[in-house]
Amino acid sequence: MSSRDFVRSMPGGGLPGVRRLNNMHLDPLMLLALLGVIVFGLVVLFSALGRDISAFDGQVVRVVLALAIMVIAAQFEPGFYLRWTPLLYGVGMVMLVAVIFAGVTVKGSQRWLELPGLPRFQPSELMKIAVPLMVAWYFNDRPLPPRLGHLLVALALIGAPAALIAIQPDLGTGILVVAAGLAVVVLSGLQWRWMALAALAAAVAAPGLWYVMRDYQRDRVLTLFDPERDPLGAGWNIIQSTTAIGSGGVFGKGLFEGTQSNLDFLPEGQTDFIIAVVAEELGLIGVITLLMLYLMIIARGLYMATQARHTFGRLTVGSLTLTFFVYVFVNIAMVSGLLPVVGVPLPLVSYGGTSAMTLLAGFGIVMSIHTHRGW
Amino acid sequence: MAASSHIKDPTREQRDFTGRVIGLFLLALLAIFVLLARMIHLQVADYEKYRTRSDQNRIQVQPIGPPRGLIFDRNGVLLADNQPVFTLGLVAEQIPDLDRLIAELHSLVEFDERDVEVFKKRFERRRRPFESVPLKVVLSEAEIAALAVNRFRLPGVVVEAQLVRHYPMGALMGHAIGSVRRVSEDDLKTLDPVSYSATQFIGKLGIERVYERSLHGEVGYQQVETDARGRIRKVLSVQPPVAGQNLTLQLDTNLQTAATAALGERRGAVVAIDPRTGGILALVSNPGYDPNIFVTGVSAARYKELSEDRQMPLFNRATSGQYAPGSTFKPVVALCGLSLGATNWDRTISDHGFFRLPGQARIYRDWSWTKGNSGGQGIVDLTRAIYRSSNVYFFELASRLEVNDFVKCASKFGYGRNTTVDVLDELPGRLPDPVWKRGAKGEPWYPGDTINMGVGQGDVLATPLQLATVAALIANRGHWMRPRLLLSSDQALAEWDPPPPMPDVTDLVSGSDWERLIDAMEMVVHRGNLGYQQSGTAFPYIGKDLPYRMAGKSGTAQVVGIKQGETYNEKELTEFQRKHAWFIAFAPADAPEIAVSVLVENGGGGSAFAAPVARQVIDAFLVPKLAAR
Repeated sequence: MSSRDFVRSMPGGGLPGVRRLNNMHLDPLMLLALLGVIVFGLVVLFSALGRDISAFDGQVVRVVLALAIMVIAAQFEPGFYLRWTPLLYGVGMVMLVAVIFAGVTVKGSQRWLELPGLPRFQPSELMKIAVPLMVAWYFNDRPLPPRLGHLLVALALIGAPAALIAIQPDLGTGILVVAAGLAVVVLSGLQWRWMALAALAAAVAAPGLWYVMRDYQRDRVLTLFDPERDPLGAGWNIIQSTTAIGSGGVFGKGLFEGTQSNLDFLPEGQTDFIIAVVAEELGLIGVITLLMLYLMIIARGLYMATQARHTFGRLTVGSLTLTFFVYVFVNIAMVSGLLPVVGVPLPLVSYGGTSAMTLLAGFGIVMSIHTHRGW
Repeated sequence: MAASSHIKDPTREQRDFTGRVIGLFLLALLAIFVLLARMIHLQVADYEKYRTRSDQNRIQVQPIGPPRGLIFDRNGVLLADNQPVFTLGLVAEQIPDLDRLIAELHSLVEFDERDVEVFKKRFERRRRPFESVPLKVVLSEAEIAALAVNRFRLPGVVVEAQLVRHYPMGALMGHAIGSVRRVSEDDLKTLDPVSYSATQFIGKLGIERVYERSLHGEVGYQQVETDARGRIRKVLSVQPPVAGQNLTLQLDTNLQTAATAALGERRGAVVAIDPRTGGILALVSNPGYDPNIFVTGVSAARYKELSEDRQMPLFNRATSGQYAPGSTFKPVVALCGLSLGATNWDRTISDHGFFRLPGQARIYRDWSWTKGNSGGQGIVDLTRAIYRSSNVYFFELASRLEVNDFVKCASKFGYGRNTTVDVLDELPGRLPDPVWKRGAKGEPWYPGDTINMGVGQGDVLATPLQLATVAALIANRGHWMRPRLLLSSDQALAEWDPPPPMPDVTDLVSGSDWERLIDAMEMVVHRGNLGYQQSGTAFPYIGKDLPYRMAGKSGTAQVVGIKQGETYNEKELTEFQRKHAWFIAFAPADAPEIAVSVLVENGGGGSAFAAPVARQVIDAFLVPKLAAR
């Protein structure tokens, strides 16, 4: 069944509005799910911001801008992306190297680049999209499942930027870039046994990782296992976030009624820890609602990946969708105390524009690939 | 990779890809279930635990200090209340540079190094984050305005209103009711930390100290919601504090005013007691001081000035001044002499102006004795010995008393101990006996010691309050009423277990003995115009136009020496060496309503200098009442 048939079979699929969206290269179901998360996120964010109208307005502007970027990105033909991917990747690498020599240091990490005439930005953010595109580009005209040589090249394409990001240090983004790249490799059809072998190797190597980690990173790992070891320092965030989540119960304390967030016990309640606000104010019901919206995006994205006609399109759509899910999982697992604290925002909900723009630009590409039927 | 082909196979690729996607989607579903399981664990299974933790986070219990009980005089005149003052406090967490801030505040608000020192000590031991620590307690209107204008450049500076003890009568009642002080480091070691958790002031002197528990009240609590920085966002519930008890005292502000005025500029004390109840109507020590200056902390310079003042304004002469009672002791010596059978009303002696023990050279002189005139008072019986205050009669009487018997008798009148119900600051005075003398001076008791004691000299000491008590006891013909300041309270006072009543001395002598003694004391005041050496000692000064019958006894106490540590210049030496003037009195003599003791330090003769003060006080009390009847 083609995508068009699928849309037509949906309620309202035959309505002129939906057709018009399709003509604009926007996928109605995906758009609906994205808007659902965005609106849900804005409501919670308004509460997390302490009902600060001016900060909230700023976020609305950024989200609208990000949606505009998505719409624009959807208009380009997939061939455009295929053509320009190596250049995008190359520019990204150059900027990552530039960060090492000329980056701006904020809070102990050298992540930012200041170019004349442009707002300050993180090149690593660009790599979240550029890396999966690059690997998909590389695999596009090569036989799949990949041969060992091609696989090694792909791993190098992933590892080089990830290493540059990790030494900034920004381990969180580095891991996400690796995840995005590996998603392509996995989708490329690499045998399960190879992957099982790799997972085993990773498990064996994990203790070795301990020795290359910095002190604050080790602290975060230790804190995961025992938050009470430094309750006012490293453990504070995770103690307060689990307290916020747990105290929400099934139905929550009510929107704007979260005491952990409104009384500033919960740190980063507007940004990385916003799922704790959702859980505290809207309860398990709110968490399930949000997870279902995310699941809709993923299901729709993966479905769209299977509908793509070319390798590049398939791998790109599938990996961007999976990466999106990895963000969701890592963030919620971190805030609820399942993973160490890494700086990963909750997609489309956390305060801030960069993440939303990157993500929605990615979904713009996804929609472009899906709606340009020549592909 | 053996199975893989070297050319692209789109159909197989598509099939493989779909398989992968399905596998990964199932993996994603699994991951979502992991997250959900974690959420259910936190939000459902451990809900109670986290709910409690979240409440403990935000809810704090804060104590609310109770307003201190008010103090009134017997007519309902306010003697102590609580007034709001504005305090300058600093919040540590909001101050970038403390020393610079203090320097800046110096230009807006007046305070000295000692204030800063005290502040820094408190600042270091503060209990809660974001708690403000007072730097200056009483701000003037101008200072409040200056702080308000400059508020924006003074982060961490707060102006807070608090209730502070206030004494509307100022110096007039300072010694009578005592005062509170700010709770000190030392206080905190002994106080109940719970009930004083929000209390700034504690009674340190007088009534404020004695009835501290009742005046203090009970601490209240409020549950507040605070944010992570400790700031109050919302008050959740309040258990209001229980205000301290209001106390009504026996004191009469009008009489206190009259007594203070009667002393005028002179150093001294006046105590007036209602003999029927033991109620202390007036308790004056002159000069006094304004207790308000101590409540919120007195400047070092001002305190030095007050404590080093030779007039000793901080010294409560009425309760803590211990002086030889002089001739005011004679009525008690007379009563004990009668009781011990050493004398009677008919016995006479011949007074030649001095007394000498058989076989001894030492001469004990009468007050009337001067060089070259040894006339004395002539033939003297007990009545005349009292109204003429014959020392020789009492020397001779004392010489025949066994000292321990006499001391036992005199102690029944309250000498040598504090007999009050609630004037715990009062010193006991001293009633010496051979045991005491051996212990204190390492000397045996000589017969001369008893003789000196017969006229209230030597080592016997009494406070003005004790002598007023004696006057009231005689006025009551031996019926004891312990002196007390408290008249009534709203409710029974929990803390005060009054001492048992003093045993009456009514039966020490016969009823007629009491009346004849009081007659003799009336003669001190009223017997006059009968020729040389016939008038009562006080008659020329107060007796001529008295509209009521007063019984009294003058006294003149020798000032033995000058206390250690005090240096005076030559001119003052003579002033401070002069004798202390005493007068005790009660009136109306037949049915006494007021008993008074007056002390004028270095005043001279008791009849001339203390008796007029006593008369003014009794006049102020009785004349309006008599006029009304």
